[in-house]
Amino acid sequence: MNYLHHLLDHLRKDLRLEWRSRDSINGMIFFALLVVVVFGLAFDPTGYPTTTRQISGAILWVALLFASITALNQSWAREQRNQVLEAQRMAPSPASTLFLGKALANMLFVLVVEAVMAPIFVVFFNLHPLGNVWLLLLILPLGTWALVVNGTFFAALGLRARNRELLLPLLLLPISLPALLAMVQATTGVLTGDLDPIQIGTWVKQLAGYDVIFTTVCILLFETVLNAE
Amino acid sequence: MEQRTQSLRNVAWLWFGIMVAVLVMGFREAIFLTPKDAAQGDAGRIFYYHVPIAMLSLLFPYINFFASLTFLYWRRRDPLKALTADALALTAAEVTVVYASVCLLTGMLWGRATWGIWWTWDPRLTSMLLLWLLYVSYLTLRRFSSTGQSHTLAAVLSVFAAVDVPIVYMSIRWWRTQHPAPVFGGGPDSGIDPSMLPAFFWNLAGWAMWGICMMVFRFALERRRQLAEQEEALQAIEASLEIPQ
Repeated sequence: MNYLHHLLDHLRKDLRLEWRSRDSINGMIFFALLVVVVFGLAFDPTGYPTTTRQISGAILWVALLFASITALNQSWAREQRNQVLEAQRMAPSPASTLFLGKALANMLFVLVVEAVMAPIFVVFFNLHPLGNVWLLLLILPLGTWALVVNGTFFAALGLRARNRELLLPLLLLPISLPALLAMVQATTGVLTGDLDPIQIGTWVKQLAGYDVIFTTVCILLFETVLNAE
Repeated sequence: MEQRTQSLRNVAWLWFGIMVAVLVMGFREAIFLTPKDAAQGDAGRIFYYHVPIAMLSLLFPYINFFASLTFLYWRRRDPLKALTADALALTAAEVTVVYASVCLLTGMLWGRATWGIWWTWDPRLTSMLLLWLLYVSYLTLRRFSSTGQSHTLAAVLSVFAAVDVPIVYMSIRWWRTQHPAPVFGGGPDSGIDPSMLPAFFWNLAGWAMWGICMMVFRFALERRRQLAEQEEALQAIEASLEIPQ
């Protein structure tokens, strides 16, 4: 109960910080929009609806992945101002609540970006999904959490490194590839209607397993990373 | 101390000599003595290099993982011992990258000869590539992070990589595959003709010895670097104490 209390406090703090500046969300939305526009110019999606269905799942996730990477570095950099992070290290609350609060806040931000991007994406790519679109309501949050939980962790890990903006994608992408594979496969399966529900279910289960495993590892190791000196 | 170093050096040279002999033996068996593969011709001989190296490249990550866990355990309790574990983790990661690179390159050559393509996004190839990427990112992290904390951060990343590899590997069971099933222990039809065994085992032994040789060499080098660093830090502290106040 006490743990939940600390967690909610951290979450509320991160949401308030974001509400006051709105840097991350605006940056992410604009970045994702630019990626979608660049791909749209490159592929001419309206002319080839079948190809569009096959590749748009991957494009959506690539846009979200790169957009979230731009925001994840910021989410810890704002803790460094005025030595806030040092104060957090001395705080009596469990270190993992700080991590989980930030990961949940980032998750909410990326979900907002997804909610804004989804209609734009459908319009720009002239997309007519053939599968059960409601499944995306399950796949998108699971995939987002897979990206955000590891991304938040590695952003904290590279916080004091040289070239930290470069380091985050270098660490995050190899670790996330199995999750990326699962979410792209599941999303493409839904959009094209080629995969039967059992296959999609396998990918979703794989994604959920990835989420559970890596959330656990992150929670267990966060304190080590926070106090690494 | 001096005598111990000398005898260790002798053991290392002896090991090196035996290693070269075993590798020559393996080369002779693989290239000249084993009969030509019925289906693939001489191109099939790359099997004797590709498979042992692929097997070994899956072994060194375990050394890295256990050394990293040991480091995390000793980090606060016994920092000097922890540094030894860290040196071991670093060397294991470097050897992993070397073996995974060789495995990928020989696999590409073989794939070009038998499948007609250099690369395919088959799960087994993808997972080997991913193993390579993970350990390259591990080495990158070690380069980029500031000196005081790079050991801990690298050890944490190693745990992540170790958790990731089995997940990647399981995707073999779920995705289509072009790569042949595992040669050993892959089902009732797996296993190889007895005439191929000597070449295979000579090469497996030779490359295992080579990997261990590289690891020990690199470990000794890294330990010297750590000791020199400690010595330097100590001198800096002493020098700062001598400055008249």
